[in-house]
Amino acid sequence: MAVNHPTTGLAGHFYSFIHELRKNWVLFLMLAPAIVFFIVFSYVPMPGAYIAFVNYNISDGIFGSPFVGLQNFKFLVTSGDLWVITRNTLLYNLVFLALGNFLQITFAIMLSEIGCVWYKKLTQSIILFPHFISMVIVGVFAYNFFNYDNGFFNALFTSAGMERFDFYGTPGIWKYIIVFFNVWKGTGYGMIVYLATITGISDDIYEAAYIDGANNWKKIRYITIPMLKPTFVLLFLFGLGGILKGSFDLFYNLVGNNSLLFAQTDIIDTYVFRSLMGQFNFTQSAAAGVYQSVFGLILVLTVNFIVRRVDPDDALF
Amino acid sequence: MAVQTNKIRQSFDNRLLIAVFYVVIGIFTFLCLFPFVLMITSSFMKESEIVAEGYKIFPREWTLSAYQFLLNKSNKLLNAYKVTIINTLIGTVLGLFFMSMAGFVLNRKDFKYRNAFSFFIYFTTLFSGGLVPTYMNIVNNLHLKDSVWAMILPGLMSAWSIFLMRNFMKSIPDSLYESATLDGAGDFRIYWQIFMPLAIPSLATVGLFLALGFWNEWYNAMLYIETESKIPLQYFLKRMVDQTNVQTLIKQGVQIDAADLPTQSIKMATAVMATGPIILLYPFVQRYFVGGLTIGAVKG
Repeated sequence: MAVNHPTTGLAGHFYSFIHELRKNWVLFLMLAPAIVFFIVFSYVPMPGAYIAFVNYNISDGIFGSPFVGLQNFKFLVTSGDLWVITRNTLLYNLVFLALGNFLQITFAIMLSEIGCVWYKKLTQSIILFPHFISMVIVGVFAYNFFNYDNGFFNALFTSAGMERFDFYGTPGIWKYIIVFFNVWKGTGYGMIVYLATITGISDDIYEAAYIDGANNWKKIRYITIPMLKPTFVLLFLFGLGGILKGSFDLFYNLVGNNSLLFAQTDIIDTYVFRSLMGQFNFTQSAAAGVYQSVFGLILVLTVNFIVRRVDPDDALF
Repeated sequence: MAVQTNKIRQSFDNRLLIAVFYVVIGIFTFLCLFPFVLMITSSFMKESEIVAEGYKIFPREWTLSAYQFLLNKSNKLLNAYKVTIINTLIGTVLGLFFMSMAGFVLNRKDFKYRNAFSFFIYFTTLFSGGLVPTYMNIVNNLHLKDSVWAMILPGLMSAWSIFLMRNFMKSIPDSLYESATLDGAGDFRIYWQIFMPLAIPSLATVGLFLALGFWNEWYNAMLYIETESKIPLQYFLKRMVDQTNVQTLIKQGVQIDAADLPTQSIKMATAVMATGPIILLYPFVQRYFVGGLTIGAVKG
């Protein structure tokens, strides 16, 4: 099908592109909405990240404002903000990843051993359900449970004759609440992924183990867990690649603008949001955003490089 | 004899282990369910009981006053419903149409630039300009501040869903397409009349995820929407919980005794109304979700 046009190099590519365009114009037209979408909503904003390197003023626009190099980043570093939000983002994500995967695998294994079909189906459906509700609802749950005046827990405490507990004024407790709701919402999804892997394990292996006298515990220990290892390693590695991306939804709906809790709950995404929408500090917000994007990209590339070295089939690209 | 007792013990251990599994799964299931139950019971509580004793799982008295207030005394919730339903319908239909076409084209082996375009789409998942340029793009370049399109357009397509569609189309045999070409069918007709009917399972999965995304959308509304009448359900709820909304509700509501206003139960009632459709539809559409989750392997 390829046409050997006499010209080579860039012009040659151009001619062959025009030829292709003529031949397959309907296909190009069908792909156009998607391409336009990603240009308009993803590629056009990219150069705008340059705002992180200027002293922005509205009248001159992003590209007319004076270039100040890394000054905006310098403020992030010297104020100590960058350290706090990076630490929080990394630690939260590590706990989400480790605890999340542990529970997902545990529940997938337990569920796969359940013989009673209706019990299995029912519990699986209910555990997966939180995945489908919005984080706003999770914020409502938190209010429902923890608010000072009439929260569920304080109602329990007072009816038991105990003092009320000020959840929203106690920063230390929120790391547990945040981790709980992350796990609460995410376990079902991961569990289904691992369950699919377990279902894919050949019955022959289990039968052979049964004949050899292995009990359930041994089958889990020596067959299921080793078989899940590749999936786990892969999910964990790619999880590490996204470790600088915080879940804004979760943190913002649980903590919101309660500055009392920020020291322990502020992540890069909430910081970027607050700098922009709260203080209208465009450059500070953009600097934190660029920091996140660039190091995020480096992380993903590194992870992908490692995965490719181990098994090229599993690499993302 | 020793072998015999060993076997008995082994089967006892097995059964004990499985029993533990049943119990642990049961406990976790209960934890997953409990917040929803508490939310629902709280929404039926009397305001005076909430204020005096707090939210309870077994209220002493049940009342519909929060729902009556939401549905009769204020048109705000119904309006938010309307906005969300319109956003969901438009967004899901457009998104499905555009993404299935893209998936179809990117799967065509005679389309020379399919890999280049795939990477063009994939790259957007690796790097982004960040919130500030995105915000400025939508406000300054596209002039979508306070437009309903600011809630619809950004969520219309995702690289993940396009590749999911493409990977699904891979499973449709090429011979179908070849024979259709011989019969003189054009590309769009092949897509519309042959591929779309076969792709219904993946359309259902992607469509449900899209619909869910639009139904749960509050973030773009928070960033871009200012006019009260354009606020979608979830953001309405968010503002309600943050209490900025209750006062406006009082203003909006017909003459009402402030002491009677079900401020606390109304928050939960709104949450129930916002989640209700998902809870009701979930049993029927669940299998499509699970199908989508396990398709896995999304590559650029």
